[in-house]
Amino acid sequence: MQFTSLQQSLINRYQKGFPLTSQPFKQIAQELNTDENEVIAAFNQLQQDNVLSRIGPVFDHKKAGASTLAAIAVPIDQLDEIAERVNKFEQVNHNYAREHTYNLWFVVTDSDWLALNKTLEEIEQVTGLAVLVLPMEASYHIDLSFDVDFSQAPVKRLEN
Amino acid sequence: MSVSTYPSKELSALERAYILLTQNGMPVIPQPFHYIAEQLDISVEQALAMTKDLKQRGIIRRIAAVPNHYKLGYRFNGMTVWDIDDEQASKFGDAVGKLPFVSHCYLRPRQLPNWNYNLFAMVHGTTPEEIEVYRSQIKDLLADVLQDRGNKLESYNMLTSTKILKKTGLRLKNKTA
Repeated sequence: MQFTSLQQSLINRYQKGFPLTSQPFKQIAQELNTDENEVIAAFNQLQQDNVLSRIGPVFDHKKAGASTLAAIAVPIDQLDEIAERVNKFEQVNHNYAREHTYNLWFVVTDSDWLALNKTLEEIEQVTGLAVLVLPMEASYHIDLSFDVDFSQAPVKRLEN
Repeated sequence: MSVSTYPSKELSALERAYILLTQNGMPVIPQPFHYIAEQLDISVEQALAMTKDLKQRGIIRRIAAVPNHYKLGYRFNGMTVWDIDDEQASKFGDAVGKLPFVSHCYLRPRQLPNWNYNLFAMVHGTTPEEIEVYRSQIKDLLADVLQDRGNKLESYNMLTSTKILKKTGLRLKNKTA
């Protein structure tokens, strides 16, 4: 995927520290020595191409409610069907298939621990399978920002 | 299957409404906080102040243009899991978390006999070989604290992702009062 130099800057510089002002895109434009309309157009294009999934606050699931990692060991031929049942819960925000006996890994977030426990029980009921519950006990590092080296690793457009 | 019950951080009704409104992103318009203020029926100053306050309390981790890593070429991720000495977990968790290719590093409870790993570190890369190298670097770092439980349980593993089945931002339910 080819990115303009403005898009590259937007991707690398604003994975944190998006300006908290009434006209943030204008401020970004000033920081990058361009104009506001260019910045808005570039951000819109990146969102449209799904290179950026969203622009806005990233919430700490744990502090905005109660959250846990969970896993299910699903018989392989039932994986899609069970995944679909799990995904129907709006409290499930991530769900990955992984190579292991525990092959379905998902994050469940709810308003509080009581509600979360209830949701986990419901997931066991609708899947008929035991859920491995692995809440976070300590966090050592969370940094989801990537410094993309556009010159070294030209990123190819993924067809889908 | 059960998690301990302890109270989550209190959120006001307005803060809850703010989260519901912004969790899927803000509009890309010249004055996005005006839009938020209007929706919540508060002033722009209040909307900005609330954002700063939530950030200060750690409820907002950061304000970001959130990239889709897959589209940027980071197509491979591995959840590396380790069974390490509890006494050393904090010290070594911290060291693993500092590695540049680790995005998350967490301590989680073991669920014996099925699950003996207590340290989780996510690694990301553009090729399968790249994340293998990362796993071996973490293994070197943890060599002295890995627990040997005999033949029945491995002391470490890497669970690679074969398919993203669902991925959304925080979805707080819209509770009817």
